Amino acid sequence: MNQTLLEVENLKMYFPIKGGIFGRTVGYVKAVDDISFSVKEGETLSIVGESGCGKSTTGRAILRLEEPTSGKITFDGKNLLSLSKKELRKRRKDMQIIFQDPYASLNPRQTISRILEEAMAIQNIVPKKERRERALQLLETVGIAQYQADRYPHEFSGGQRQRIGIARALAVNPKLIICDEAVSALDVSIQAQILNLLKRLQRDFKLTYLFISHDLGVVRHVSDRIIVMYLGKIVEIGDKHSIFENPKHPYTTALLSAIPVPDPERVRERIVLTGDVPSPINPPTGCRFHTRCPFATDLCREKEPELRTIGDMKKGHQAACHYIDDLPKAKAI
Amino acid sequence: MTEILLEVKDLRTSFFTDEGEVKAVNGVSFFVPAGKTLGIVGESGSGKSITALSILRLIQTPGKIIGGEILFEGQDLLKMNKNEIREIRGNKISMIFQEPMTSLNPVYTIGDQIGEVFRAHKRISKEEAKRRAIKMLQEVGIPSPERRVDQYPHELSGGMRQRVMIAIALACSPKLLIADEPTTALDVTIQAQILELIKDLQRKRDMSVIMISHDLGVIAETCDYVAVMYCGKVVEFSDVKTLFKAPKHPYTIGLLNSLPRHDIDMDELSAIPGSVPNPFEMPKGCAFAPRCPHAKEICHEKMPSLISINEYNQVRCLMHSEEWQSQNKGVPT
Repeated sequence: MNQTLLEVENLKMYFPIKGGIFGRTVGYVKAVDDISFSVKEGETLSIVGESGCGKSTTGRAILRLEEPTSGKITFDGKNLLSLSKKELRKRRKDMQIIFQDPYASLNPRQTISRILEEAMAIQNIVPKKERRERALQLLETVGIAQYQADRYPHEFSGGQRQRIGIARALAVNPKLIICDEAVSALDVSIQAQILNLLKRLQRDFKLTYLFISHDLGVVRHVSDRIIVMYLGKIVEIGDKHSIFENPKHPYTTALLSAIPVPDPERVRERIVLTGDVPSPINPPTGCRFHTRCPFATDLCREKEPELRTIGDMKKGHQAACHYIDDLPKAKAI
Repeated sequence: MTEILLEVKDLRTSFFTDEGEVKAVNGVSFFVPAGKTLGIVGESGSGKSITALSILRLIQTPGKIIGGEILFEGQDLLKMNKNEIREIRGNKISMIFQEPMTSLNPVYTIGDQIGEVFRAHKRISKEEAKRRAIKMLQEVGIPSPERRVDQYPHELSGGMRQRVMIAIALACSPKLLIADEPTTALDVTIQAQILELIKDLQRKRDMSVIMISHDLGVIAETCDYVAVMYCGKVVEFSDVKTLFKAPKHPYTIGLLNSLPRHDIDMDELSAIPGSVPNPFEMPKGCAFAPRCPHAKEICHEKMPSLISINEYNQVRCLMHSEEWQSQNKGVPT
């Protein structure tokens, strides 16, 4: 069917902690610790997890906005980590990112038309004369009227600013867009508009999305496949129906059960996890979830589980838990 | 009919800025029954937080409460002098906020901060205050409270800090707790813990809660009654079951429809078109009319009043007025 567009292999991202009088490295924050996955052309793959699980770091590492500690990232057949700065910049044309706070990522001193033209100028994909014309077209595409093109970012509402952020990402005709919490700061009625826009653009321009979010409702709506991360590790990966209807990892189950559902008459079992997410500086040994897992045993404390598939799981659905075969059947939400 | 603890009548709070007057709260009325939870839901700028701050008279210049009544146990809070309202704050009505770190003082131990409440409202010694602080920490589920009581806010995680805020708020056993987006800054699994805690303490102490949130899921799971706010007005007041099963105001209907569903796949979300009007250019008639799918000419001219459907259900929409229904044969849904 579809070809693999992006392949991430054994990605590690450690941030050094400096300490002592000589500023020696005294330890590492293991933000992303040995994860592998691939994204197919035209699909939406989401990464969900709580703060500190490494989902945003993964997105940034793919674009080399942070230099990964080790691993291999293949995009469209080329290893991104072997590229020089100049080559990388060229490649970035195909990979764009949309951030959570659109205001912080738009230059307040440029008109929105300038912002879009600048993106085209850097990649030099549109001749100078035609840039303005294309900027206007892009604004139209994302639902901003052309007469607003010479306004500054502060004159727009949050939802409109996010539309401008999207237009800028589209300006260079990318193949992959990484949406890092792209709708998290928006009110629900506006969030729905932006999600609809992202879906429409995906159809029209054959885009591939890597969608990073903590909001499971949104993720279920946009994704084809989902990765659940916990403390820098992938704990479960699968197509969205598998993840939502047949979750295997106890963390996924707990996460799903924790989402407040807008239906006051729904009675369901909630698994309230005790405690907080441990520090990624000294992550727990064995399975990283064992400190909060209601089913943890000695094995979990000692041996790290691998991602695997068992009997009733669909192809491509994997979970990293020693006990996926004999845990109490988690109820689908 | 149940006993009413707090009744807000026609509350008006405005901000007088250089550009003009912003009517942040523009004639808000609702009530909170004793021992129950009232939810206030609305998008950013709808006036829900300002309503809460007005109840405790915490509005700062250029803001001013310009009219209305806030009856708490039969007394009008707006007629009290400074000393009288101080006796109420933190003692009979207390409040918790979204970001616990900005509400906690970084240079005092959490024991000092909880003890301060006791010492402000009750004549007790420092030692007794500390003993009670430890008891409060235990009640809000903080492990090893004897050790934690001497720690500073930065030594705690986000969830723990919110527990400390709750301990401070409940120290004097208030009759009413106002929770302004108490879990918005927290991860879902921690959010689930905090919501459980608030519900649990409410049952044990038989207090009323005003839960302010933009998250309809949180509202559905915690509230008995709900006030939906839009542009400084309550557009719908309802018991929680009716609100989610049979919403009446087109804005409420639009909000519920724009949520991604957990149970069915949808290609497109039904977003509410447009965005919230500029506070300086409020529409003359119904503030929602420019975005409303059912709006007629009259909606743009006449601000509808709150129409009572029964004891607990009110809606501010001309569609539910008798004249509309006689002319148009029923209400479109």
